[in-house]
Amino acid sequence: MHSLTDVEVQALTLRAEDIRESIIKMLVEAGSGHTAGPLGMADVFTALYFRILRHNPRHPEWVERDRVILSNGHIAPVLYATMAHAGYFSVSELKSLRKFGSRLQGHPHREALPGIETSSGPLGCGLSQAIGMALMDKMEGHKPDRYFYCCMSDGEIDEGQTWESLLLLNKFKLHKVIPIIDRNTIQIDGYTEDVLPLESLKDKFESFNFHVIEIDGHDFRDIVRAVGVAKSSIDKPTIIIAHTIPGKGVTAFEGDFRWHGKAPSLEEGRAALKELRSLRGKVSLD
Amino acid sequence: MIRKTLFTIGEEEKATREGFGEGLVSAGTGDKRVVALCADLTESVKMDGFRAKFPNRFFEVGITEQAMSGLASGMARMGYIPFISSYAMFSPGRNWEQIRTTIAYNNVPVKVIGAHAGVSVGPDGATHQAIEDIALMRIIPNMRVYVPCDAIEAKAITEYIATTNYPSYLRLAREKTPLMLSDNYEWNNGKAYVMQIAKHKHGGEFAYNIGIIACGPVIYEALKAGKELEKEGIAVTVINMPQIKPLDTAFLLRFVKDVKAIVTVEEHQVAGGLGSAIAEFLSENHPMRIARIGILDRFGQSGKQQELYEEYELTAKHIIEKVRSVIR
Repeated sequence: MHSLTDVEVQALTLRAEDIRESIIKMLVEAGSGHTAGPLGMADVFTALYFRILRHNPRHPEWVERDRVILSNGHIAPVLYATMAHAGYFSVSELKSLRKFGSRLQGHPHREALPGIETSSGPLGCGLSQAIGMALMDKMEGHKPDRYFYCCMSDGEIDEGQTWESLLLLNKFKLHKVIPIIDRNTIQIDGYTEDVLPLESLKDKFESFNFHVIEIDGHDFRDIVRAVGVAKSSIDKPTIIIAHTIPGKGVTAFEGDFRWHGKAPSLEEGRAALKELRSLRGKVSLD
Repeated sequence: MIRKTLFTIGEEEKATREGFGEGLVSAGTGDKRVVALCADLTESVKMDGFRAKFPNRFFEVGITEQAMSGLASGMARMGYIPFISSYAMFSPGRNWEQIRTTIAYNNVPVKVIGAHAGVSVGPDGATHQAIEDIALMRIIPNMRVYVPCDAIEAKAITEYIATTNYPSYLRLAREKTPLMLSDNYEWNNGKAYVMQIAKHKHGGEFAYNIGIIACGPVIYEALKAGKELEKEGIAVTVINMPQIKPLDTAFLLRFVKDVKAIVTVEEHQVAGGLGSAIAEFLSENHPMRIARIGILDRFGQSGKQQELYEEYELTAKHIIEKVRSVIR
């Protein structure tokens, strides 16, 4: 994968802003949900769905597709918004988030919406599923060429199941599993290092025998390059730690753990959209 | 269907886990989609036969019951039929939420095998005696629940669940227990069936007709009880109900017309198990006298199987007393 041109970076940046706008709108409409994580991961999801993934929105169950396993299901708004913008379903359906009868359940439900690889919400569950998928892929001789991207939060590393899964990922040496950890340093009760210290995360993962890449989760070149390196590192699995700013794009939300689990009011949403739209003017193509 | 050697000197014994092991090899032979995962108890839960025959489709995952559930869910999403096994106390005991969300809510065909269930596992004591597992699995939507009465039924159910797309739970016991079914027994899609009907020696009428509905190896005690009660002029029909969920309600509605009362028997807490399932259904659809035999809101303890059956009131003697109590 060649490094991104300036034009490509700008296109992805505009796309991510559209997705952030959608996230704000759908959360305001829903009246509940998580704000910080979805905004923080908008760039990673944009890079995945608009640059990295081998997928076909018109055939969500295409057997040769790369898989995105969302482990921390509470950031569903960014998954839904990205999928809608990628063409899995209509952007107008995003308004139904968390509503009765909606395919866009508060946390992702596999059977409700084609393109969702697994139901998630209870934390720590995704990595083991990515490992199970990749084990079968390995049994089939890695044909077709598929990757299993597991998007995880840093908070869910608290869960015992995450560590069980890391032991198993090392045992089975599944380099096609690429965990991308949203290192935004917040969880519901506060900053991760206050709630339950995780650092040094990199050292912990390296001692588990993984290749670890730390990136700026808002830099498209960094994201795409890290995935490329992970793909070429076939001797052992690679974990990507994506440093992100929770609430990225809206000054009032950025870096504040109180925005982890609540939705903006109508007023807060209007202000957020205004800020996001004015940012758009700052990006020029010359 | 009933084994000729049952209650004779030639009576044979075999653990239900052995039947599972044979069934898994057979299922794996017939279908390459069958894969197996075990949490460090491969010989104990009798997955060793499958491991020897299909090493590439067997995955040792160490003591990671929670992650094992996730692995299996992911494998199922790739088109496979994973069997996961441990002691019932740990799977589905420890990994209940993972089974609920990633297996049942995802609605993928993972088969959860809970071995060493019941107090009959014996000397290991209460920590290892799963007597809540039927309840844990029965209340999860999409999940199907099976309790075989002997090794022959365990093998048949194992082969059957490998062919379905349902998340399923299969409960197994550690101890050798009598083979009650004949070798030509065939699984009949989860239907309950008669194991024993009282026959009046002189062709006359019995004073009472009582139905005993049971699941698992403990049904052997129910059969013994039925034979004793027959001598007292109490007609007992013993029913095996190996599929707890979905419950064979059509059978129940037919059966209850012929009996005065029902006694349920299981090696499980009386709360939430087979007896509960039957009582819930009949109280709404055909209210009648029901008495349940099972563990009475207690933990198990160390001991031999027979000592524990005595202590927790699961023997033929206790079943006889219960039947007498419902006709008084």
